[in-house]
Amino acid sequence: MRLIITYYGYMDGSGEYYIVVDSEKCNGCGECITQCPKQVLEITRTIVDLEEQLVAAVKEEHRKNIKYTCSACKPEKATPPCVSACGRKAITCIWKPKVP
Amino acid sequence: MSEENRQYWRWREYHLVIPERKPKGSNIITAGVDVGSVSSKAAIMVDGQVYSVSIMRTGSSSSDSAKKVMEWALEGTGLKLSDIHYIVGTGYGRVNVPMAHNTLTEIACHAKGANYIWGPTVRTILDVGGQDIKAIKCDEKGKVLAFLMNDKCAAGTGRGMEVLADLLKIPIEDMGEMSLKVDEEPDPVSCTCVAFARTEAMGLLRRGWSREKVLAAYMRAMAIRMCNLLERVGCERDLVVTGGQSRNIGIIKRLERMLGMNTLPPPKWEENGLDPMAAGAIGAALFAKSLYEKTKSQHNSRG
Repeated sequence: MRLIITYYGYMDGSGEYYIVVDSEKCNGCGECITQCPKQVLEITRTIVDLEEQLVAAVKEEHRKNIKYTCSACKPEKATPPCVSACGRKAITCIWKPKVP
Repeated sequence: MSEENRQYWRWREYHLVIPERKPKGSNIITAGVDVGSVSSKAAIMVDGQVYSVSIMRTGSSSSDSAKKVMEWALEGTGLKLSDIHYIVGTGYGRVNVPMAHNTLTEIACHAKGANYIWGPTVRTILDVGGQDIKAIKCDEKGKVLAFLMNDKCAAGTGRGMEVLADLLKIPIEDMGEMSLKVDEEPDPVSCTCVAFARTEAMGLLRRGWSREKVLAAYMRAMAIRMCNLLERVGCERDLVVTGGQSRNIGIIKRLERMLGMNTLPPPKWEENGLDPMAAGAIGAALFAKSLYEKTKSQHNSRG
């Protein structure tokens, strides 16, 4: 089992927003990268059980900016392009606005 | 140093060697270097046992900090950099660790390190670093299962505490204890930004709040944020806190109260080197051992 789920995002007064990558499903194909309008994603090399694996990740410089960078793609009306790009359903998007 | 010029934010940098672990002849010597946004940590291990640990402030250059903290860890060990078989770099500045044979994300290293420090019962790790908070779920072997990284900015982290220490003129090591000296928990500060939190804290002081009360309000806000993060990944026993804020009793106590769950207390790291703040470096050194053994066995099998 190499289940690693990574949540990139934030939680604040407006609600919570996460881009979630499931490394068990991701095969590092990079299709999501080509579909992201803001070039937020990249393929990184990680070591799982001492074996190298390629997996999609949010770039280091974007990790604290998701609120702004990814706001246009919030899953309110349409599915975000990174999510629909992945045939393996490795990327999901969580957006839970805070109800006042 | 006069009261005027005292640097309240300055936390203790240290270096510790455990003499009884001294390497002899054929041991595997590995090291982990964790360059964080605020502090740099290095750990040297002999056959997977912590031999030397050093923690210092990260300077303006990640690679210089990595070199310095590694040199410090080597001090008094009689070892040279070339005696170390394998070095793994990790942390925010991991790409800038010049002597590393490999780099790994700090998430994997923290989980591994926490598993080593506290044992196989650890399931949830909250790493409160200099500029961000991370929640990690792991299995009994210290393998990462889920990982959540938050946040937009640095409030509620080590750097925020440094700013507050300076503002309130309280030595940073005393802040946690002091924040618990309130009769009643005040409302948490509302700001999630260091710059604004500073302004907010000043406003509260002007309104006549005691320093203890301001600290309590600030730490309560931090603990609430941590709680929210843990809820998202699902907080399972045993819970541990790593990173610089593992030293902050004011945060730990509040977090435990809110979660209704105790954290595992840190071991006697002043004696055995198992410092929760160095969990990332310790984990990296453990990975270094596994990776070294793997390369060696591959080399051997190729003949």
